[in-house]
Amino acid sequence: MDSANRPALAKSLRRLLSVNNIEVLYEDVILVLKGLSLTVREGSICALLGTNGAGKSTTLKAISGLLRTERGAVSDGTIDFCGERIDELAADDIVRRGIFQVMEGRRVFEHLNVEDNLRAGGYTRPRGTSLARDLERVYSYFPKLRERQEQQAGYLSGGEQQMLAIGRALMAAPKLLLLDEPSLGLAPLLVQEIFAIVRRINEEEGTTILLVEQNAHLALEVAEHAMIMEGGRVVLEGSADELRNNADVKEFYLGVTQGGERKSYRDIKHYKRRKRWLS
Amino acid sequence: MDTFIQLTLSGLSNGMVYALVAVGFVVVFKASDVINFAQGEFLMFGAYLCFAFIAQFGLPWSLSVVLAVAGCAGLGLLVERLVLRPLIGEPVISMIMATIGLSSVMKALVNGIWGPRPRAFPSFLPEGNIEIGGAVLGLDRVLVVVVAGLLLFVLQWFFKTTREGIAMRAIADDNQAALSMGISIRRVLAVAWALAAVTAALGGMMLANMVGVGQEVSHVGLRVFPVVILGGLDSIPGAIVGGAIIGLLEQYTGGYIGHGLNMIVPFLVLILVLMIRPYGLFGKRIIERV
Repeated sequence: MDSANRPALAKSLRRLLSVNNIEVLYEDVILVLKGLSLTVREGSICALLGTNGAGKSTTLKAISGLLRTERGAVSDGTIDFCGERIDELAADDIVRRGIFQVMEGRRVFEHLNVEDNLRAGGYTRPRGTSLARDLERVYSYFPKLRERQEQQAGYLSGGEQQMLAIGRALMAAPKLLLLDEPSLGLAPLLVQEIFAIVRRINEEEGTTILLVEQNAHLALEVAEHAMIMEGGRVVLEGSADELRNNADVKEFYLGVTQGGERKSYRDIKHYKRRKRWLS
Repeated sequence: MDTFIQLTLSGLSNGMVYALVAVGFVVVFKASDVINFAQGEFLMFGAYLCFAFIAQFGLPWSLSVVLAVAGCAGLGLLVERLVLRPLIGEPVISMIMATIGLSSVMKALVNGIWGPRPRAFPSFLPEGNIEIGGAVLGLDRVLVVVVAGLLLFVLQWFFKTTREGIAMRAIADDNQAALSMGISIRRVLAVAWALAAVTAALGGMMLANMVGVGQEVSHVGLRVFPVVILGGLDSIPGAIVGGAIIGLLEQYTGGYIGHGLNMIVPFLVLILVLMIRPYGLFGKRIIERV
């Protein structure tokens, strides 16, 4: 679990993605991101943490271009991917350049069977790519999906649907994978399983991963770098170890006070509520 | 017995034409969850275009058919570009309402160009009959069945296995998720409308061969509703089976019970289906996981 023990698999220091001081407006008036900046190094797993409404999902959607389908827009700042500006591109262009977002809530195609879901994920692969080989690769990560190949995705369990959602992303062979709350609504054991696979994907495929999570414990275990968002900007960032040992993070995100005992959730809520009113 | 075979044959061949028309609905519905109320007008437009090329410009029928199909495909693309694309992201009901408006516009357009009077269609299908088990079936009908069957087969293959076909089904399921995997909604919608217009053109020409060109052709669009509902709005096999059932029912009631009733029977079926099995015989069910 220690990020330092991880094999040093071709991790360059190259910035794959950099978000520079962006503002995001919904419906032209609601300001959600207020000067957000972040960078993601190639080959790393980065976690984006924060409470509800901090703007985590919006950040991912701004990167993937899906924002526009929700009447949102990047109104200021730039987003660079592989050294090129992508903030003005359409969502399907951005996928073609190698960014793939796995949306919150799994969003599998319920009426398509598992294999067709995966094939849809490979939509942007250049003609002549062997889909059979891509499918095989996905099934090697998620053997359960192979068993369910012909089944309609709507009838899969929540965990299997999450696997399908990630498998669908793998079909596109992205450079950067954006995962939005993969643990949502899943049993803890299943979450462990899925995060183990996410780490394998990062190591074996060299896929860079930007992970949004509410479960800070979990995210800090998997990620080597993490950022904490509040009120539409990044307020704290550092290596996972640094953040784990940061007093504020301990108290507000990991739920542990300085004395070491677990903090009552009621107190946390109270603190946050007051803080939000003042800001 | 002879009557029975005769009625069965006519029923099935009518059913194939219904299936072909129904597939136009299915293609658009599969790709966008929109019911295209202008499908009947597309049929009419296809028939009039072909009529114009043959009778008014004096082109050979083979070329006319190709031109009419191409013209309809172009119209489909144009409609998608001007009417539906601006509505992407709006509720599906807006698009459905837009197709109702579109049907009026197209009717008026055809009226303006060709006038309201029905015309005789220069028949280009082979004449003559064949005998099957004592019943007689026109060769033109046989050809219609073959062409329709072939087209339905190709479409079914398209949706099941090709990249664009799967993309279409994906978009109908969850268009934002489809977009997140790089599927271009605009492009898929355009392909769907072009396909629907092409099937409509072919269906329209075949219908015109049987009944002549006139505003009646567009009414077939409505008469096919029971077929689509019975078979399931998003199922090509459903369109075929639904077409056959409705075609047979019409012929049997017309032949054994009385003329006139056969116009009502499909709609009785429609009401029954909606009460018992609203997603049709083969349609997708709403999936609820508890």
